[in-house]
Amino acid sequence: MSGESGKAWHDELAIDPEMVSAMCRSFISSHVASTGAERVVLGLSGGIDSALVAYLTATAIGADRLVAVLMPTAASSASSKADAEAIVRDLGCQSELISIEAPLAALIENLPTGESVTPLRRGNMAARLRMTTLYDRSAVHHGVVIGTGNKSEILIGYSTIYGDAASAFNPIGDLYKTQVRELSRHLGVPTQIIEKAPSADLWPGQTDEGEGGFDYPTLDRVLYRIVDRRLPVEDVIAEGFDRDFVVRVSEMIRRSEFKRQMPPIAKVGGRSSGSDYLYPRRRPNLD
Amino acid sequence: MRRRVLALAQIAPVLGDLAQNLALHEVKIAESKAAGADIVIFPELSLTGYQLQDLAPEVAMRRTDPRLDSLARLTSGGPSAVVSFVESTEDHRLFAAAALLEGGVVRHVARKCYLPTYGLFDERRFLAAGDAIRATRASLGGRSVQGDVGVGIGVCEDFWHPTLPAILAQDGAELLINVAAGPARGASVDADQGLGSAASWGTLLRATAALTTSYVAFTNRVGVDESLIFWGGSRVIGPDGVVIAEAPLFDEALLLTEIDLDEVARARSALPLLRDERLELTRREFDRIIATRAGLEEA
Repeated sequence: MSGESGKAWHDELAIDPEMVSAMCRSFISSHVASTGAERVVLGLSGGIDSALVAYLTATAIGADRLVAVLMPTAASSASSKADAEAIVRDLGCQSELISIEAPLAALIENLPTGESVTPLRRGNMAARLRMTTLYDRSAVHHGVVIGTGNKSEILIGYSTIYGDAASAFNPIGDLYKTQVRELSRHLGVPTQIIEKAPSADLWPGQTDEGEGGFDYPTLDRVLYRIVDRRLPVEDVIAEGFDRDFVVRVSEMIRRSEFKRQMPPIAKVGGRSSGSDYLYPRRRPNLD
Repeated sequence: MRRRVLALAQIAPVLGDLAQNLALHEVKIAESKAAGADIVIFPELSLTGYQLQDLAPEVAMRRTDPRLDSLARLTSGGPSAVVSFVESTEDHRLFAAAALLEGGVVRHVARKCYLPTYGLFDERRFLAAGDAIRATRASLGGRSVQGDVGVGIGVCEDFWHPTLPAILAQDGAELLINVAAGPARGASVDADQGLGSAASWGTLLRATAALTTSYVAFTNRVGVDESLIFWGGSRVIGPDGVVIAEAPLFDEALLLTEIDLDEVARARSALPLLRDERLELTRREFDRIIATRAGLEEA
């Protein structure tokens, strides 16, 4: 579309990777310090997001304080596991392989008879079983669970609430997928992980872009306009983006607002969590 | 020559932990003294951390608080210090305040006048806004034999309202001090230093120094409170608007710079902007605008 308008291509999402990785490292080390945790526990899928968080964490606090947990199901591809193992080898961090296929199968088996479980429900169940596993491992390792969702998927709601969206803190949740790729290249994430098509690994051959009908560079440029620049949908379309696509993205953002917030607590008393009882997550004992 | 060595203490305060932050101040004052500094300048809310919310009243101190006194005592025979804290008053208001400690006592307190309450900021919810803009004269390091220095202190957002440093300069400031807790945002290769907030602050601080023909010393914190990552980049700018010294982004630092306050006199001879300021004209026009907005005068 830059060609149509005659304007030179300008990568408005380009970041200074050294500076942004310094920010992310500072964020990770500060939060680990404030929680008093000994280790960071990370769900490592073999995809680019968790790979980037693994490299950021290893450079922030040392690979010896990173525990990578691989949690495949039967639907997970062999290459995902191989890629995750390549990261563990490269970083030299501790890792655990905990299959969630058996608990997932048990969960489905115990549902009311006759129910067919859609791939979406199955995917959500898997995401929440991984969350359950990670939080349990964090108790064992005196660790905290680190989040790996990126800004693109958080904004369109392409995440499971209380599943992959659950964490103690998330260092990459304000980075678009294209920025995640740029930062990953800078930090030396293996090339095959950066270049493969992003996938939730819900069934063989599934890809985000194939299933969602979008490509991340275009999605990110639309999100950047709607969210960061606060442009009305009509102004984004006027720039040459496909109308149906922009409207669909805007709808996805609108429908997923609830996923980006804590649940509201009914205000009954005088001072209530979330409304007018507002403290930092960690606070010292001042008595 | 009126030379002074400034030490900008680019620290990462621990949110809400007064005891730990007090200890950190003691260390940095001692380091500054050993390095020959005449004044050490800490960032905004250096004693408490920034994102306090409901912790604000719990960490607040009167300006007569013994903990502040104990820090002040360290400036007896040592460098002066600017430290920042939540100030509580007799009438139970809370301010984001910066205190100039000198010669063993609390010499001057500046309260933040402009509390950002928009976007990622929510200061007005928890704090009261200051009502006074005053410069003060200070020896800085007890070397009054060389003549006192006119000092004006603003807290972070205060300098985004250009009337505030302008008033401080008219009130006698030669050295404008800004203590800040500036969160990083707008990461982009298009921005100077790759960071929108560093770029906009850089422009603002150079313009403030040039337009007031004053030295500007800017201490910004580093570290993390909740979602906010503070970017540092503390710096000293000469009265010609040129950056003299600059601390790194995101890392802790003690930035030492020597300045010669006689440069202020020379800059103001060459460029007499302050002399030519039309205070009565400014006041008249402000009075008219205020009256018009209140419906007391026809637009």
